[in-house]
Amino acid sequence: MPWSKMDVQRNEVSQFKTRLWLALLLILLVFAGLITRLVYLQVVQHERYVTESNDNRQQLQAIAPTRGLIYDTNGNLLAGNRASHSLALVPEMLVGGRRGIDAALAELAQVVAIDADDIKRFKRRLNQPRRPYSPVALRFQLDAEEIAKITVNQHRLPGVRVVPELVRYYPMDDGFVHALGYVGRINDRELAKLDATNYSATHHVGKLGVERYYEAELHGTVGRQTVETNARGRVLQVLDRVEPVPGQNITLFLDAQLQQKAVQLLAGKRGAIVAIDPNTGGILAMASAPSYGANQFVTGISSANYKALRESADLPLFNRALRGRYPPASTIKPVMAIAGIDSGIIARNFSIWDPGYYQLAEGGRLYRDWKKGGHGRVNIHKSIVESVDTFYYTIAHIMGNEPMANYLARFGLGQVTIADQPEATQAVLPTKQWKRVNRNASWFPGDSLNMGIGQGFLSATPTQLATMAMVLANKGQWHQVRMIKAIDDKAVNKVSDIGRKDPTQPENLVLKRSSDWNKVHAAMVDVMHGKKGTARGSGANSSYKMAGKTGTAQVLGIKQDEDYDVEKIAERFRDHGLYIGWAPAKNPVIAIAVIIENGGGGSSSAAPLARKMFDARMLAGPNKDSKGGDNDG
Amino acid sequence: MADFQRLAPEAIKHFRQGPGFWVKLKLDPWLLILVIAIMAFGLVVLYSGSGASEAAVNKQLARYAVGFFGMVVITQINLRQVQRWMPLLYIGGVLLLLAVFLFGVGAKGAQRWLAIPGFPRFQPSEIMKLVVPLTLAWYLASRPRPPHLVHVLAVLVLIAVPVVMIAKQPDLGTALLIGSSGVFVIFFAGLLWRYVIAAMVLGAAALPLLWMGMRDYQKQRVLTFLDPESDPLGSGWNIIQSKIAIGSGGINGKGWLQGTQSHLDFLPETHTDFIVAVLAEEFGLIGVCLLLGLYFLVLVRGLIICAYAAHPFDRMLAASLTLTFFVYVVVNIGMVSGLLPVVGVPLPLVSYGGTSAVTLMASLGLLMSIHARRPQRI
Repeated sequence: MPWSKMDVQRNEVSQFKTRLWLALLLILLVFAGLITRLVYLQVVQHERYVTESNDNRQQLQAIAPTRGLIYDTNGNLLAGNRASHSLALVPEMLVGGRRGIDAALAELAQVVAIDADDIKRFKRRLNQPRRPYSPVALRFQLDAEEIAKITVNQHRLPGVRVVPELVRYYPMDDGFVHALGYVGRINDRELAKLDATNYSATHHVGKLGVERYYEAELHGTVGRQTVETNARGRVLQVLDRVEPVPGQNITLFLDAQLQQKAVQLLAGKRGAIVAIDPNTGGILAMASAPSYGANQFVTGISSANYKALRESADLPLFNRALRGRYPPASTIKPVMAIAGIDSGIIARNFSIWDPGYYQLAEGGRLYRDWKKGGHGRVNIHKSIVESVDTFYYTIAHIMGNEPMANYLARFGLGQVTIADQPEATQAVLPTKQWKRVNRNASWFPGDSLNMGIGQGFLSATPTQLATMAMVLANKGQWHQVRMIKAIDDKAVNKVSDIGRKDPTQPENLVLKRSSDWNKVHAAMVDVMHGKKGTARGSGANSSYKMAGKTGTAQVLGIKQDEDYDVEKIAERFRDHGLYIGWAPAKNPVIAIAVIIENGGGGSSSAAPLARKMFDARMLAGPNKDSKGGDNDG
Repeated sequence: MADFQRLAPEAIKHFRQGPGFWVKLKLDPWLLILVIAIMAFGLVVLYSGSGASEAAVNKQLARYAVGFFGMVVITQINLRQVQRWMPLLYIGGVLLLLAVFLFGVGAKGAQRWLAIPGFPRFQPSEIMKLVVPLTLAWYLASRPRPPHLVHVLAVLVLIAVPVVMIAKQPDLGTALLIGSSGVFVIFFAGLLWRYVIAAMVLGAAALPLLWMGMRDYQKQRVLTFLDPESDPLGSGWNIIQSKIAIGSGGINGKGWLQGTQSHLDFLPETHTDFIVAVLAEEFGLIGVCLLLGLYFLVLVRGLIICAYAAHPFDRMLAASLTLTFFVYVVVNIGMVSGLLPVVGVPLPLVSYGGTSAVTLMASLGLLMSIHARRPQRI
């Protein structure tokens, strides 16, 4: 080998070795870089990644409490819970992830019915903040066939889940909704008001009635569990669990049989029946007709059905029992008689000669009695039995507005005395001041006359009239009017027993001479059983005595927007029939108010219904007040 | 040579003890022990990463057995004597790649496999991992060094043909490994520094061109690498989860089979490309450093073999194979720890999978073959 070539070779070898050293240097540097990176991740950022790793695998899940049940007074279930299945999508598991949603919906639509409404609401839910791999509800209340169809097609529907949940169910639905109210899906407005933690797993909230008032008691307390899940959201084990506290069970005074009777009596009519146990103040029945099914509201009523309900001229959604403001008409006459005597304005043997009308002044307007030609000589007893308007025009004129309003208020008019029906309205008990504020006018003597026979500005709800009947029957003694009888078997005498605010309630009315009650009671018994009693037809052939008072309220006008159907208008112009009363006359067990819109006279339309209610309460068997609610709670 | 004698006197002393068992087998005991250590450690992690699957471990063991057999066969070959067959090997390899392009099979949108009836399915691109450095070393060894520009250009074409074909499959990881193995051959052929620096500048300038040539999913990977949080549930998921796995492992790790990220399926590809995240989660910084240490020793041993090699062909080949092994380690760990974009490069001798293990062992066999035929010095 020539030296020159040796030189070149040696040169090449040393250059090669230099490059090897460089390579070693590079390797050292890069490995140092890798180790630096690992130290950064595993030492410097360790805490952060431990947290993220735990967040990954551990999920805090809220567990919805079971909503408390609602029973009637005999332990019959009025509101329970049943399993319902909803259809949900896990967007991350769809083919193509979130981008595959429309395709998945189209695919799904071939299996079960999904309408545009569902999709709209689904997309709204989808855009709310949520954890990856948590299901988003698409449809509720799947039936067995739909569940089967989805299960069979599961293989081609990745990311589609059938999610079971407990939802409210009203076994005796129609006709109970106006007494119980209902629960529905929580809407955005409610969401803002509710305790976010306690409702984190709850989808429904009481919307109306008892369900709404007792929401706090019925709902219960949310539970939670920490679960370990894998990346696809499957729960592998429960690490820690705090059980939810179920809602409290509520027993109402409501008697399901009596309620059903009331509903049946009101079938095909517009009106309301409210029955109260005078011994307790408990509502035995509260029916408003027409009514509607509450179950459809639990899972979301279709807009077409809701529109039909809302636009019906018969106003089925309107709770007449609590919110219907009717002129009480002659049903207040017993109270007026008490007012007259107890205030000392009229003597106990006060009487008038009734020519069939009353005049404030000679030659003035005639305030007519319902009976042409009049009733002749009328004392207090006869004025009630035959419902003589002229008598009450007279004492109303003498009394004037204030004593009348005061006494009517003592019987609960013009105020909400029912404790646990948030929709109840106070109606109108007019005073001079009220008229000044609301009508911007002075109180005229004619206003007093109208008020004296329960017309004019005076209005009352069926619940208020039933309350008035209770106070009359109890000789002035009050009980808190309420739906609730017991909560978790603990008797509730006032809602303040469970920490709620009692409604302001008038003091017991103690008359200067308590025998005056008997006078009025005797007259009301004769309304039912006397020869000339206005409701003698309804009082006939009974094994027990009852007391009552009929009323016939004039319908003053028609709303502008109602259909201009001659027949219908004629019907809607007819008088409302009213009735208040109780049974048995002594030691009553039921006080009642019945109102039939456009039913004509109270004695023919309302009183017969009341009689049937009395019979149902009196004759259906003993021990109606047996302790309920503990049977299968 | 004296430098390296000082660096590893023990090793040299050992081999001076006459023709023993290892010498007859032509195996290098140092590399062998390191490889077995890495594999053993790897199998422990693989068992965990595969979800405690004994089947996976057994299958991998079988592959290692095949790999060892291949390694032993290759060490028996005197490479310099078969050099002249290299062009044929290269042409054959390119034809196979063409066959993949035409008849190949694959999964996940990539066409990488060739299924010839009667043979096991294989990836021709894996063969090219060996063929390219062999061919280049042959080409440059028979030409003047430092290489002339015209020869460098010829070599670049030899590199570019398989690299482009493989990148089109698409298999960016393999293309990257083959490309770098070729570049290392040129570098160790003694390419003048001015060309080296010019190439680096040109390479940096060509990055935008590379970007334009990339497929959408490849672009997405780069974007995800730059900002994984931009799509945490989609393309960013893998890298976010692997960082959580590594970081939550801490110094000591969560313990073998105790990794929540890997066992609860948050971590993807736990037994293949992302296996080092399992290692980091369960054995902590200590575990990863142990593995990195083993790799480092393999690399040092490779460099020693380079230093002993006398023939230019041996030197270039040995250096290229050693540094390609280094690229494997760096790209994989860099990718899993979020330093580099996600490129499909397995962790050498640890990741589950047959072809890469067999090729890697074959390349170690080449190193051993070179070392067994080093000039004996007095």
